[in-house]
Amino acid sequence: MLEIRDLHVNYGAISALHGISLRVPQGQIVTLIGANGAGKSTTLRAVSGLVKPRSGLINLEGEEIAGMAPHTIVGRGLAQSPEGRMVFANLTVMENLRMGAYLRKDKANFAKDLDYVFCIFPRLKEREWQAAGTLSGGEQQMLAIGRALMSKPKLLMLDEPSLGIAPLLVKTIFEKIVEINKELGLTILLVEQNANLALEVSHYGYVLETGKIILENTSAELRVNEKVRAAYLGG
Amino acid sequence: MDWFLQQLINGLALGAIYALIALGYTMVYGVLRFINFAHADVLMLGAFAAYYLAPSVAKVFGPSTVPTALTVMVLSAVICAVIGMLIEFLAYRPLRHRPRLTVLITAIGVSLFIEYTGQHEKVFGAATKAFPTLLPQKEIIVGALRCSSNDLVVVGFTAVLLAAMWYIVQRTKVGMAMRAVSFNEQAASLMGVNVNAIISFTFAIGSALAAIGGIFFAMRAPGIEPLMGVQPGLRAFIAAVLGGIGNLPGAALGGVVLGLIETFFGGMPGLSDYRDAIAFALLILILLFRPAGLLGKMQTEKV
Ligand SMILES: Nc1ncnc2c1ncn2[C@@H]1O[C@H](COP(=O)(O)OP(=O)(O)OP(=O)(O)O)[C@@H](O)[C@H]1O
Ligand SMILES: [Mg+2]
Repeated sequence: MLEIRDLHVNYGAISALHGISLRVPQGQIVTLIGANGAGKSTTLRAVSGLVKPRSGLINLEGEEIAGMAPHTIVGRGLAQSPEGRMVFANLTVMENLRMGAYLRKDKANFAKDLDYVFCIFPRLKEREWQAAGTLSGGEQQMLAIGRALMSKPKLLMLDEPSLGIAPLLVKTIFEKIVEINKELGLTILLVEQNANLALEVSHYGYVLETGKIILENTSAELRVNEKVRAAYLGG
Repeated sequence: MDWFLQQLINGLALGAIYALIALGYTMVYGVLRFINFAHADVLMLGAFAAYYLAPSVAKVFGPSTVPTALTVMVLSAVICAVIGMLIEFLAYRPLRHRPRLTVLITAIGVSLFIEYTGQHEKVFGAATKAFPTLLPQKEIIVGALRCSSNDLVVVGFTAVLLAAMWYIVQRTKVGMAMRAVSFNEQAASLMGVNVNAIISFTFAIGSALAAIGGIFFAMRAPGIEPLMGVQPGLRAFIAAVLGGIGNLPGAALGGVVLGLIETFFGGMPGLSDYRDAIAFALLILILLFRPAGLLGKMQTEKV
């Protein structure tokens, strides 16, 4: 589905990613874990076109997308729920979901997908006409994920869906992520600080350290890996 | 009482013009967070477009008839929409991710460029030109009250345009995209919004409204000249700030408030020389108590 090869990204003179490669196979949940500043968000931003890579290949379903504008890449079937959620605070919940479906032409399926989003996040249905800025942090996260789903993507990228959310709600959100993957067969690239949870729900994982992939394996293997346990799972 | 009504109609007409122009300032501020000082000159270009178009259009529909006026206004609005998009594309887009101050100074540069190019004798020339009578002007007299039919047309037409603008921004897909871009450009692009196209569209709409405002202003003014945009432009800018910059109904309200203040104080014997001083003092007062403007919201975003 997605293949990144030897990706380099710079912010001015600072090199944030120096040559990472990863693959996200069809139908799987792949996670990218690492400490603060490792370059996880930068990787997602490069894929979605928000930052231009200095070099490297980004291949989405056989098409080279590195360097394309973000709105073009969305049209190719990619959706990203960005770090910090970035829901449109000045728009209602419903308008945010409509924004998610901005490029879609099929009116009939819009209603169907809306129902699906409301089905997994009933809270959003209750808050349909409320300004998104007045939602709680957890509700905003649900909205960010729901909004990303509304574009009916082939690949969904989630950047720290657990950020700033109470543990109980985090659990619910992760259950929903698994549900989405299973029911829709949606391919997901998940970036998380919470390595424990991320490795629990994902099939395969990559460990990123200061702009380089230092480890990759099935999530089950990574969870018992000494190094990963010491560095990311709290021993 | 008659005096009051008289000033009310005058003030509303003037305020409507400020409101039309203020919308452009506030919409551009909404998406790009800077004041497009060249907006004042776009309204001047709108008036000049009408000045040059009117004779030819009058040959088709007859001088000072409704179809003539409408055609001239629509054509001028289209011309200004294109000019607005060009200004954005050539002057502002290359500076999109530079500090705001850089863009602001560029805007002042564009403004001076248009004004002084316009004054060149091979362009418009600096002399004041008589603006053609676009509409049959009638004096409407009710009791002791006299008002010009043009003022009523200005107020009515503006009300329709404001309603249309509200509809576009609140009820259409492109309007929703404008609001999304205004909140967060990157997030909007992640939804598939072509941010550059939305910004162009914003400039086009704002400039078209400025053209109409400029024509209305010219209809009430003794004549037109290349610096004619400066004064109403400044007033409209103040109106936008007064109403809450970035807020559309606020810009409309600010324009009307400013127009009313100006005509009421301008109409009072002994006070007319101070009308600007009074208008600005009021502005300062309002902003002291409501820094975000009359309808502006204080930022309360969750991060
Ligand atoms: N806009 C920017 N300008 C300059 N440097 C940046 C910018 N964005 C990120 N960086 C730098 O790039 C590196 C990687 O940042 P990135 O946001 O990808 O980290 P991350 O792994 O997502 O961290 P976190 O878990 O804290 O979100 C960091 O050192 C950061 O300081
Ligand atoms: Mg991050």
